[in-house]
Amino acid sequence: MSHFIDRRLNPKGKSLGNRQRFLRRARGQIKEAVARSLKDRSVKELEKSGKISIPAKSTAEPRFRLDPKTGSREHVHPGNKEFAQGDRLRKPPSGQGGGGKDASDSGEGEDNFSFTLTQDEFLDIFFDDLELPNMVKTSLKDMETWKYRRAGLTVAGSPTNMNLVRTMRNAHGRRLALHRPSTDEVNALKEKLFTLEAIAQPTPEQVAELKEVLAKLEELEARRRWAPYIDPLDVRYNAFEPTPVPTTAAVMFCLMDVSGSMGEREKDLAKRFYMLLYLFLQRRYEKVDVVFIRHTHHAEEVDEETFFYSRQSGGTIVSTAIEVMQQIQKDRYPADQWNLYVAQASDGYTQSGDAQTCVQLLTEEVLPIIQYYAYIEILDEREMDVFSDPDAGAELWRAYRSIADHRFAQTRIASPKDIFPVFRELFVKDKKGAAA
Amino acid sequence: MSATPKSDLLFSDSAWTFSDLQKTYDAIEDIGLNDLGLDIYTNQIEVITSEQMLDAYSSHGMPLMYHHWSFGKHFARDQMNYQKGFTGLAYEIIINSDPCIAYLMEENSMTMQALVIAHACMGHNHFFKNNYLFRQWTDASSILTYLDFAKKYIAKCEDEYGLDEVEPILDAAHSLMDQGVFRYNRPPKLSETERAEKIRARAEHERENFNDLWRTLPNTHESEEEEEDRQTEVRNIKLPEENLLYFIEKASPTLMPWQRELVRIVRNISQYFYPQKQTKVMNEGCATFTHHYIMNELHARGQISDGSVMEFLHSHSSVVFQPEFDDPRYSGINPYALGFAMMQDIVRIVTDPTEEDREWFPDLAGTKDWRSALKDAWANYRDESFILQYLSPKVMRDFRLFALGDNGKKPYYVVSAIHDEHGYRQARTALSRMYDLGLHEPNLQVVSADLDNTRKLTIQHNMLYNRSLDQDTEKVVMENLKRLWGHDVELKQVDMAT
Repeated sequence: MSHFIDRRLNPKGKSLGNRQRFLRRARGQIKEAVARSLKDRSVKELEKSGKISIPAKSTAEPRFRLDPKTGSREHVHPGNKEFAQGDRLRKPPSGQGGGGKDASDSGEGEDNFSFTLTQDEFLDIFFDDLELPNMVKTSLKDMETWKYRRAGLTVAGSPTNMNLVRTMRNAHGRRLALHRPSTDEVNALKEKLFTLEAIAQPTPEQVAELKEVLAKLEELEARRRWAPYIDPLDVRYNAFEPTPVPTTAAVMFCLMDVSGSMGEREKDLAKRFYMLLYLFLQRRYEKVDVVFIRHTHHAEEVDEETFFYSRQSGGTIVSTAIEVMQQIQKDRYPADQWNLYVAQASDGYTQSGDAQTCVQLLTEEVLPIIQYYAYIEILDEREMDVFSDPDAGAELWRAYRSIADHRFAQTRIASPKDIFPVFRELFVKDKKGAAA
Repeated sequence: MSATPKSDLLFSDSAWTFSDLQKTYDAIEDIGLNDLGLDIYTNQIEVITSEQMLDAYSSHGMPLMYHHWSFGKHFARDQMNYQKGFTGLAYEIIINSDPCIAYLMEENSMTMQALVIAHACMGHNHFFKNNYLFRQWTDASSILTYLDFAKKYIAKCEDEYGLDEVEPILDAAHSLMDQGVFRYNRPPKLSETERAEKIRARAEHERENFNDLWRTLPNTHESEEEEEDRQTEVRNIKLPEENLLYFIEKASPTLMPWQRELVRIVRNISQYFYPQKQTKVMNEGCATFTHHYIMNELHARGQISDGSVMEFLHSHSSVVFQPEFDDPRYSGINPYALGFAMMQDIVRIVTDPTEEDREWFPDLAGTKDWRSALKDAWANYRDESFILQYLSPKVMRDFRLFALGDNGKKPYYVVSAIHDEHGYRQARTALSRMYDLGLHEPNLQVVSADLDNTRKLTIQHNMLYNRSLDQDTEKVVMENLKRLWGHDVELKQVDMAT
């Protein structure tokens, strides 16, 4: 006897729950391991999954076992070539040889437990306590998710939705209206019938009564047949209505300065920062639009490929980027429905007077409608020392210093190793001033 | 008796279809039931992907299991090994249940599927149904229901009390799983059969009782009546008691009812797997012998092609390969190799014995009916007794077995026996003892529990041959014990004169 069952389409990853528990348990150490592995990799390699190893202690599964170095034991092995009874063999120095090997989970005895994180898990841990701040605006704009709400009753539906109470109520009413004889009535009559039948020598009245009872019984039962207990017309089902769930929509504007004053190195740093930002958004938020704007002395919106990979050069007018951003925002992302975020990277050297224009644009028009604006200044490493004072900096930096708004943040990057700490600083959860 | 041999091939391609599987199954079952005379549960054969196989692998191979991080860890490790090509997945996992559930991986070729069916659905199935340990200690028809209950109960506890409360209890119980079974390895006060029956009845009573819990929520405190019952049961436990988890479950002064239930679940599962630990060689030997016989018979009947048989032999020989002790691949004695060799050998002794065989196995040699001889062995022995009874000098010579004595303190080993006249019996005894769980798992028992006063629990480790416990693991597991008991726990090591 046999049954064959094809389970291949069954939900895979039943172990997902267990795997997540394991990750949770080892979380602290995995985070450390991830941070360590970052130091060796470039930001670009973030996209690939990583093999990490953590000390086995916290995830060990200990059992009582006998110490193989104590006491005496006798073990049998195959493959004897030249030994005779009584021979003595020197033990190997590490003292392992022939020790009692209980069911080991292949982690015991080793110092570290190694396994591979998928890309998603890796990024999850990497971006664990970061988030976009001030995400408050919700709207019904994008009706992607629906929720089902109860909405009364209908006459059609699936058996799981059957509303028993209403059904029985309707059935009861119908039975009353049609005067369906109840089971009690019928049983009472039957009782009478049996007592009458039990009489050994019935009188003529009793015979007549018996006939009458039989006839009545027949009538009742016929009635019961054509007025059934429950009729398909009685059945009611719970009705459900889909309602849209308001979603939070966010858009991130990436403004990058690709002018001549930005050398290859600076552009590279800026690109790395944006790549990190992009991965963060992809990972953490389901629905985020990203708009790429690059500028020299004029600005244009570009696609991702061009933004990250193609070259350009020219003069520098920063305000053009801000203007283009505003234009796009007015066209496609109305402020009442979208959470707006801006990240701007530049080396800070711009045409004179432009810095003031920028500040004006920001304070008057941009900052009031957005959630968060992050400005990143890219410096030469040598300049890092010169400009270690927060007040000192390139022209744009100094101009921005005048903006005192909790939705605005400015930081500096001078080398690749600064990128991650700066990123964390900008997007750490529960920032002060993250109030709505 | 046997069906008329068909002359057409069951399959001719390596890609399989469900109708191929069914046809092949029927042919295999024909040989299994009518030729070998096997007695099996109904087979439920499930086709799965390799990912699902990994899933099954990491949770003891059971289709249902409660959630625990250790299974996630096993999964992560196995997945990495599989993806890196370090290990192949077992091409078979089979569950001791009624019906018997076997998994076939979709990526196997048709020959491999046939092999798995013969190996697992015939061999292992028969063994699970007929071996005395399994009949005595496990209930194949209820295990899946019980696991379903366990999974739901633990999930409910997690919802109610949080993962952080439940996990430490499960972790602690897992670490004591080896000491959470009923077994007897000391002279019993009742007769052996009576005591076994008593233990078995108790275990069955426990299993039946769980039904009540379907309706109840996990409790934080027990009613007075429940406590009374429990205390009575505790008083009835005769010390020394070897089932530590059982004792903790009943007598721990601090566990809440739902925690006791968790401990009970873990020990019931340990009990379920207990026979499997003790019959690895026999079980694999039985299944390997069965698949070898069936595949060859299919070929003899013209139902599988030469190419198919080649593929099978290639797989079979890698499975029964035994590296020698000085081979870098050596990691102990391969149960498949030893089991298969012994089964083949029994057939040889029964049908064509030598003088030596007649001397060593007077009851077996030349009796001609090897099918009955094998089935008798499979039903009534476990690894330790099987080896003691059936290991022949010929097999010892084939493997060139030798026994190595190791006195921990000395810097050398002593070869105590080799495969010659002087050494056969000693080597056999030594090998049999390697499979005696009582000898290589620590013998720990509760010897006293001062429940009325200090609440101190005293556990005794009966040391054999001067082997003491490994210090590092001992520390950690003692912590776990203390956590479950809630009060002082002392561990004494006592030397048993042997």
